[in-house]
Amino acid sequence: MSKKSDFVKFDKVDKSYDGKVLVVKDLNLDIAEGEFITMLGPSGSGKTTCLMMLAGFETPTNGEIYLDKNPISNIPPHKRGIGMVFQNYALFPHMTVYENLAFPLKVRKFQKDEIDKKVDKALSMVSLSGFEHRMPGQLSGGQQQRVAVARSLVFDPQLVLMDEPLGALDKNLRESMQYEIKHIHESIGVTVVYVTHDQSEALTMSNRIAVFNDGKVQQLSSPDKLYEEPVNSFVAEFIGENNTFAGQVTNMSGEACKVKLNDGTEIIANPISVKSNGDKTTVSLRPERALINSKEKMDNNFKGKIEEVIYHGDHTRVRLDLLGNKEFILKVPNSSANMDIKMGNQINVSWNSHDARALDPK
Amino acid sequence: MSAETKQILTTDGIPLEVSLKKAERKNKIKAFLLVAPLLLFLLITYIFPIGDMLMRSVDDKMVTQMLPKTFKSMETWDGKELPPEEVFEAFYLDYKKLIEDKTFGKLSTQLNYTKNGFKSILKKLQRKMKKFEEGNYKEQITAVHPRWENVEYWRAIKRRAPAYTSAKYLKGMDMYINEEGKIVNVEEDRRVHRILWLRTLEVAFFVTLLCFLMAYPIAHLLATLPMKYSNLLMICVLLPFWTSLLVRTASWMILLQQQGVVNDFFVMTGLVPDDARPEMMYNKTGTYVAMTQILLPFMVLPLYSVMKTISPSLMRAGKSLGGTPFIAFWKVYFPLTIPGIGAGCLLVFILAIGYYITPALVGGASGTLISNQIAFHMKSTLDWSFASAMGLMLLTGVLAIYWVYNKLVGVDNIKLG
Repeated sequence: MSKKSDFVKFDKVDKSYDGKVLVVKDLNLDIAEGEFITMLGPSGSGKTTCLMMLAGFETPTNGEIYLDKNPISNIPPHKRGIGMVFQNYALFPHMTVYENLAFPLKVRKFQKDEIDKKVDKALSMVSLSGFEHRMPGQLSGGQQQRVAVARSLVFDPQLVLMDEPLGALDKNLRESMQYEIKHIHESIGVTVVYVTHDQSEALTMSNRIAVFNDGKVQQLSSPDKLYEEPVNSFVAEFIGENNTFAGQVTNMSGEACKVKLNDGTEIIANPISVKSNGDKTTVSLRPERALINSKEKMDNNFKGKIEEVIYHGDHTRVRLDLLGNKEFILKVPNSSANMDIKMGNQINVSWNSHDARALDPK
Repeated sequence: MSAETKQILTTDGIPLEVSLKKAERKNKIKAFLLVAPLLLFLLITYIFPIGDMLMRSVDDKMVTQMLPKTFKSMETWDGKELPPEEVFEAFYLDYKKLIEDKTFGKLSTQLNYTKNGFKSILKKLQRKMKKFEEGNYKEQITAVHPRWENVEYWRAIKRRAPAYTSAKYLKGMDMYINEEGKIVNVEEDRRVHRILWLRTLEVAFFVTLLCFLMAYPIAHLLATLPMKYSNLLMICVLLPFWTSLLVRTASWMILLQQQGVVNDFFVMTGLVPDDARPEMMYNKTGTYVAMTQILLPFMVLPLYSVMKTISPSLMRAGKSLGGTPFIAFWKVYFPLTIPGIGAGCLLVFILAIGYYITPALVGGASGTLISNQIAFHMKSTLDWSFASAMGLMLLTGVLAIYWVYNKLVGVDNIKLG
């Protein structure tokens, strides 16, 4: 069975609630079968609206959504056969765990013994066997979360939607649940559309991430590409840490360009979204790509003054005043070679022009 | 277990429990002082009147106090034959005292309630007694009127000996103790109260049902509409609540009477001919309509407060799991609203069962309820003990309903807000 690359297809979808503001603008998105795709973005960016349209609780104002090549705008939610995990689990509080899991099977008129078998299987998948007769209120947050995941999978849907399912859990539990959901996805091969505003969650779990902002997908790519090669300054800013320099392009030369910063210095950068001389740009540089006192030869070398040193155990964060940017952050691995990192010292900072991406101005 | 565990001491060597009690005593006193005014208020305005009502409804001391010697001497009398001489003497002395106090009229009224025919023979006895000689009272009294020789009459007197009676309660059930001392029903054409009790239950039941059917969708709308619309709707629900009860009832009278707005509308649209306008006022219909409207907010508010707490994602979950909208509603939403339904129904039913003003104004003859009868005895016949008895019967009924409800649904499941 070959996997379809457009199992779910958003085709020119617009959504507006009040007829004045578009919360989703011209969305085109293909989701492949078996993929774990995450919609990531700040609140109000339209990601949950997309999920709700896919689930059938909102209708697109314009455009069409296809599920396995069939348009689904006119199919009510209960006929779409899409599993869903809600933000606050949405377990039925008056039913036991067993009844919660049996609900989708009962409405599908399964036989009693078949229901029992499927519920057993789903519960053991989330390692909650033996909890059948508990009420949701008697479970911890993490257990409730697992029940919700099991319930969304128990009727073998081809597509599961998850709407910030880990938002209510504490940090440790959230991390272990991330792996658990990822493993479940890998073992049963279901297509998952996951919504979150937590970038580390998105990076850990997904095959691909769609970064939403302002109703639009800013970038759709794999986690590593998203981090290493952001296509615009919103993505660079939103995913991971980022040092920026604002300036103007002075010399375009194919692989590299010169950018004149506001304080007059020129740096060499990698032109991503700048076209010609005179373009305004924001140069983005990941903190770990800039090195201090490097012996390697790099094409950007500058001196900066250490403003703040924050000890983090395995590494030290250093805030520098560099080329007029007082918020320039460096991550320095803790080793005996870096003993001269002290407040007020001047140090050499260097980076490769390839890592300094000249993006659209902020 | 507590006997085996070692007593825990504080660092000063005082047992921990003692120390804890001491520390908490001050707070307890403070807390009690805070509730004391309300407690006192409840005691004076609620517990004391109900106790007084209870006493009044069973109180039958009047005759007991008027014939103390007679009842004392009657204690040993078996009631089979005419009582012995001491009883006659005691009765003579008691009655003489009443004549001197000029309160003998009350006695004849009271004894006449118990058995017809006392009035005249007591009157005759009062006239003849002036010439009585000392001793042998039995002969002298029986000579006054042959009825004094009838043992039935003496038994009737003895029946009034206890200071407490259940007669008023029996009367409220259309029963009485007959001359043989048995509890029997009153004649069929004189049974008023049973009809009223049944009607009260019927009206309360249907008003509750109507309120529920109408309030459920409103409450659901209130809980799910966006704030700006739900506020407006909430005001619409509460506006009648803020209007005087009398004004609302009077407006129903204007609307529903035979020459009223609704009937005019029916005639205008040709729904009914002008000479056959339906009667919608001064009967049960009027009571139903007006009471349902007045009690509606009491159903809406508890339902609303419960529905407000039900997350909309539950219904969505129900649908996304494959339930049709109806199944999602019936299996998921409805069971979660039961605490609100319970609270609302109990509240409306209890209010309806004791409702007074509205049925009195719009009920007419066929739409009045037991509370109107109670008011009638309070104000018109001045039979306060009977009114008290019926009031207590109503209270008992409400408590019984509450008990049944608790068994069926559980009071813990009630949510008033």
